Amino acid sequence: METIIALAGNPNSGKTTLFNGLTGARQHVGNYPGITVEKKQGTYVCNGSRITIVDLPGTYSLTAYSQEEVVARNFLVDENPKVVIDIVDASNLERNLYLTLQFMEMGAPVCIALNMVDVARKRGIEIDEKKLSAFLGVPVIPTVARKGLGKTALMDAAEKIAGKNKKPVPLDISYGVDVDQTLLDMEAEIRKKNFLTNNYRARWVALKYLENDEQIRAIGKKTNPALSAKLEKTATDLSGHLQDTLNTYPEAVIADHRYGYIRSIVNKGIISFQQDQSRYFVSDKIDKILTHRFLGPLIMIATLMGLYHFTFTCSETPVGWLDFFFGWIGGAADAYLPDGLIKSLVISGIIDGVGGVLGFVPLIMFMFFGISVLEDTGYLARVAFMLDRIFQIFGLHGSSVMAFIISGGIAGGCAVPGVMATRTLRSPRERLATLLTVPFMNCGAKLPVFALLVGAFFAQNKAGVMFIITLVAWGGALVIAKFLRITVIKGAAAPFVMELPPYRLPTFKGLAIHTWERTLQYIKKAGTIILGISVILWAMMTFPGLPESQTQGFETLRQAEISAVHSMVAAELASAGEKTKLSAEARILQNTLWKIDAGKAEAALKYSIAGRLGSAMESVSRLAGFDWRTNIALMGGFAAKEVVVSTLGTAYSLGNVDPEENESLSQILANDPNWSPLAALSLIIFTIFYAPCFVAVVCIARESGSWKWGLFSMTFNTILAFVLATLVFQIGTAMGLLGR
Amino acid sequence: MRQMRDNQTGIISAIKADGELGRRIRDMGLVSGASIQIQGRAPLYDPVALRVMGFTLTLRNNEADLIDVEVE
Repeated sequence: METIIALAGNPNSGKTTLFNGLTGARQHVGNYPGITVEKKQGTYVCNGSRITIVDLPGTYSLTAYSQEEVVARNFLVDENPKVVIDIVDASNLERNLYLTLQFMEMGAPVCIALNMVDVARKRGIEIDEKKLSAFLGVPVIPTVARKGLGKTALMDAAEKIAGKNKKPVPLDISYGVDVDQTLLDMEAEIRKKNFLTNNYRARWVALKYLENDEQIRAIGKKTNPALSAKLEKTATDLSGHLQDTLNTYPEAVIADHRYGYIRSIVNKGIISFQQDQSRYFVSDKIDKILTHRFLGPLIMIATLMGLYHFTFTCSETPVGWLDFFFGWIGGAADAYLPDGLIKSLVISGIIDGVGGVLGFVPLIMFMFFGISVLEDTGYLARVAFMLDRIFQIFGLHGSSVMAFIISGGIAGGCAVPGVMATRTLRSPRERLATLLTVPFMNCGAKLPVFALLVGAFFAQNKAGVMFIITLVAWGGALVIAKFLRITVIKGAAAPFVMELPPYRLPTFKGLAIHTWERTLQYIKKAGTIILGISVILWAMMTFPGLPESQTQGFETLRQAEISAVHSMVAAELASAGEKTKLSAEARILQNTLWKIDAGKAEAALKYSIAGRLGSAMESVSRLAGFDWRTNIALMGGFAAKEVVVSTLGTAYSLGNVDPEENESLSQILANDPNWSPLAALSLIIFTIFYAPCFVAVVCIARESGSWKWGLFSMTFNTILAFVLATLVFQIGTAMGLLGR
Repeated sequence: MRQMRDNQTGIISAIKADGELGRRIRDMGLVSGASIQIQGRAPLYDPVALRVMGFTLTLRNNEADLIDVEVE
């Protein structure tokens, strides 16, 4: 049978580094079913034996308050690992042992990896691991995970435990007279009825009832409602008694005694301090500067700008390569496939779809690399610390800022890596609110749309209008976050009880593995869905095709033009390559034919499902000042926001408009009687707030763990955008502002 | 705890938080009898950073209000 070993410990204890050291590249990352907690699994190979190592989420405790803790607990119960390697930060022994005690109380076979003994030594902390091992009754192996020291000794000790096949002696701590007596009574009841004892220790179940543990109480209620109610009653009685006599809760008493037990062990000469402990650690000195009242925010702005620059500027080259590559494949398909539906599907559906998926890969890699550096050094926690006061007002968390900036808080970001950046948030409600509001930021793909409209209607004050657009996006996102937090994502703010880990130099291996995992996950999970939707969108804009009579009409027009000129000219154009210099007559003919083709494209677009939807919605969308052309363009924008520009081009019979070169389209809009600066403003507002592109929607669904939220962001955002745009347009019209 | 100055030390005398907040606070080692030192405050004076058992922890001011400290 395969041996399973679990790796557990506090966050920042070096758990991931040890996991990477033990398993190398032999890792598999997935999710626990139904929730967003990552499940990491790897294989350790030694002397021909293969051991599966599962990296449990880092936790400080084993309550049922966070998903991570529930996952860790359930794993120990359901999978029954042969050994639990508990990584304990030697420079922070007391708090780390708090989790260790809880494993031992559960009766898990613990083996302690006393990690970062080098850091502890530098701080003048010496730990007598033999004594510690003797007091706790479990092996304690000193390690330095960063340098790979102690790895073999640790695994040897773990294998010894696994080989013994003997239940470990569980730890029973005394919680004072009141609690102890109650525990004994409850334990007797539980034993008598064999209540949950197949999976859990009787004393542990009793303890969890006293601790008000929702998960265990729920399981208990299902198994034996009568006994569960009785146990709950006992717990409530004790709680009342403790509040009357000592003004405290059972939970508090239990925690106090756990820490008391730890202190009693640690004080038995296990730990010794060589130097005066109050001396400044290097980390504190750095903090004096990095979280300084004036310098701190300045350095933070510089760092965030740096991260932004790194993500978007440095990834330009690989993004360019990918663009070139997919352009080349598209060109090849264009040249070798016969004209028709298949060609159109391959180019506009599949190649553009795959290109769309992979086009984000460099961005995501650079973003995760940058964030990993900030996270692993410990700086990210400081950013959250400094900004929390502001984000707290809107029901968000200090850590939300990263996601907002990446998504386009500085104009030109991208919501896809932004949505994925919310992983650094640990509190679920704040995370969801961030996830749903980051798409309001002005991502790089919305910029061409703004540029087109601002260029056409607000040319005299471009910079000013763009700045206002950025402010509207930020203000809107924060206000909507607050709105969501008091409506759909109600609930008290998650406590900001956060560790500021000491500054550390990240290891390159750790950064590389982290970045690679995340990127691969994006390609595998989001990729397939994105490709599918891309094909559907293509179909909506293609089917049904123009009826034969109309196609014939355009063909007749073409033929008429061709036969109107000298046959030499027609032959010249037909044989001309892309770079051939044409005669004046041939150029005129080329232009005329091109206009006919563009007219056909416009007719085809209007005839398609998307076109019909666009026309059908015109009566409603008029309220916000949009005609059918804008409606189709906005539908196209669901594929990617910059498509709004090229679809508008097709709808105005301009053929394919390059989003970067939009002068002719801009002029048409400026002169079209259907348009006005007010309609442009209304469209700008709509573009900021309406449904995120479907790549972002897929990522939102993935990251929130439910399609419900993906659909929510599509419908809620679109309705909101429409209401806002209509308000702007109607109020503007009524007041006679910005009209023609 | 809100009234404490930077670098001031003290011993926790009582924690009045229950539920999730109380649990989180205690899990991090903030229990009665633990000695703490204020490390500093964020640029907008909230949250507060404090040292307990050799590591640094942050708390919002309204969370710190629930912790009584006997100042040394």
